[in-house]
Amino acid sequence: MLRFALKRAVAAVLVLFAISVLVFLIFFATPGADPAARIAGRNASQETLQQVRESFGFDKPLPVQYALMMRHLFIDRDLTSFVNRGVEVIPQIKQAIPITLSLVIGAAIIWMFFGILMGVAATAGRGSAVDPLIMIIGVIGVSLPVYWLGEVVNLMTQSRLHDSFFSWVPPLGYAPLSSGVWNWASHLIMPWMTLAVLYAGIYARVLRSEMVGAMNEEYVRMARAKGISERRVLWRHAFRTSLIAIVSLFGLDFGALIGGAALLSEVVFGLQGVGKLTYDSLQNFDLPVILGCVMYAAFFVVLANFLVDLVYALLDPRVRHV
Amino acid sequence: MSEPLLDVRDLRVSFRTRNGKVAAVDGISFQVGVGEVVGLVGESGSGKSVSMLSVLRLIDNPNCVVEGEVLFKGRDLLTMSDAEMRKIRGDEIAMIFQDPMTALTPVYTAGWHISEQIRAHEKVSKQAAMDRAVQLLDSVGIPNAKERVNSYPHEFSGGMRQRVVIAMALSCNPSLLIADEPTTALDVTIQAQILELLQNLQSDFGSSIVIITHDMGVVSQVSDRVMVMYGGRLVESGPRRDVMRDPLHPYTWGLMGSIPPTDGTRTPRLAAIPGAPISPSDPDRDRCLFSPRCRFASDACRPTPLLAMHTPGHMDACILPLAERPERRREALTPVEVTL
Repeated sequence: MLRFALKRAVAAVLVLFAISVLVFLIFFATPGADPAARIAGRNASQETLQQVRESFGFDKPLPVQYALMMRHLFIDRDLTSFVNRGVEVIPQIKQAIPITLSLVIGAAIIWMFFGILMGVAATAGRGSAVDPLIMIIGVIGVSLPVYWLGEVVNLMTQSRLHDSFFSWVPPLGYAPLSSGVWNWASHLIMPWMTLAVLYAGIYARVLRSEMVGAMNEEYVRMARAKGISERRVLWRHAFRTSLIAIVSLFGLDFGALIGGAALLSEVVFGLQGVGKLTYDSLQNFDLPVILGCVMYAAFFVVLANFLVDLVYALLDPRVRHV
Repeated sequence: MSEPLLDVRDLRVSFRTRNGKVAAVDGISFQVGVGEVVGLVGESGSGKSVSMLSVLRLIDNPNCVVEGEVLFKGRDLLTMSDAEMRKIRGDEIAMIFQDPMTALTPVYTAGWHISEQIRAHEKVSKQAAMDRAVQLLDSVGIPNAKERVNSYPHEFSGGMRQRVVIAMALSCNPSLLIADEPTTALDVTIQAQILELLQNLQSDFGSSIVIITHDMGVVSQVSDRVMVMYGGRLVESGPRRDVMRDPLHPYTWGLMGSIPPTDGTRTPRLAAIPGAPISPSDPDRDRCLFSPRCRFASDACRPTPLLAMHTPGHMDACILPLAERPERRREALTPVEVTL
């Protein structure tokens, strides 16, 4: 198991390195691009341009440029967007990270809980009205676009029902955890729910189809023949083997959401997270921020996949020896 | 005969389908005595697995209807509550399935599987259950049981996995073991080992065994009594020696004729049973169901011939006069010219 983890960790680091090279090449070695002008910002003076060229080594060969870039990004951490205006990149990302993490982790807990509950309940209720009912609820969840659902939620909680039922809902935006747990959570409950609705539907459906498949397997019949309770058959045998599919799906979704795919939720609920930051920087063509965000996103996607690989190996003994 | 361990009376298993009710098992009655090994033989779809699965009430198809009586130690399994049934499953009646590759949940160790079963029926500590698992694995001939108890199913070969399944089935000393084609998925040398193992265990533990198979060789090797099923009905039943030496029913002749003889002159062609097994949805049921494929069929084959006892314990359901049978059997073994 330890060797497996080590191997995976090395692979993850290599992937990160490859991504950083690729991202660097896309932005800095594309023919016709002048990264110095981009980094210096609009209407920058010749001196600033010169200074940027020197500090990023744009007159030197590409590998040196890459090394200098990574140094600015990770060691000196002084990468600045629009040098002449002087907004540093790293603090912006640092500010955005807790917002996105809070949003996505909270939503993930909710959707995993309801997804699993619905999937297992639907499997247990096969042959009755429970199963199709849960699956229809799942489809409805999947088909509601986050931006629309989010706006409807806002309409209800911020305006129509704000004076009565939803009076406890604070205005849109984010409150850090340090300002009190309830203050933090109350700002996020509606975004969490909204984001979780989509994924709970998907997970419930995937889990149900996996489990129904497992229920037809011989090991489930064997388990019944052993005289254990139906509930134990359902959870310890059918669910346990179906969990593997859910976890690999979760790794992909979670990584992507942390990496900025939660953009729509962030916009609708006024959360200045990583998705929003990336989006804004793309609008301004703010090269250093884009670079920083992409590296950050890649880091989390790779980290999430690494963790999933570990969980996967814990769940499925067949994977450990590969 | 003293009180039988299992007494099945007029068991009927049918499935509701779009085209009406389909009878997979069509009124079979049989008994299994204490310590007896019974071989249940038949083609695919003859209802042999379904009948034994319904004994344990393991068919979870909501369209399945089971009728009749299944008396186990005098109690009717079919009218029992689910909770009572669970106490019997795995504890008093254990089952082994055909494919050892898929019979174990892939994410748990051999020891986990065995101790799960033990702890479902007895109040023992995890450690005690694990210790018993080691003993059981050892007794079914798994080398190095102490280490193998922590192995996962994918780390065992097919034959070893079937041994694990058998160890699990025996973990609560069941009085009846139902083995559904336990050797079909294994290669021939392993088959022999598993059969020998079952026999040894039978003599050690004293359990009765019902072994379901389509392989006459398996039956002749292990069973005390043979029951032949066709189209969901019993067509012949008797002590192994009688059935093997002196089979009565034309269907049994066909089954035996399709075993290549290992001595004497080599037959140029094995006698095959013409036609295809009767479909359970065939509406014309008031007749001998084998008659469409039988060369000795006549108008006398309807209505359904009843099982009739010929020699003590040996019965069959066929209208052919007993005196004619040896000759008819020789006739049956000469292959028919197949015109295509």
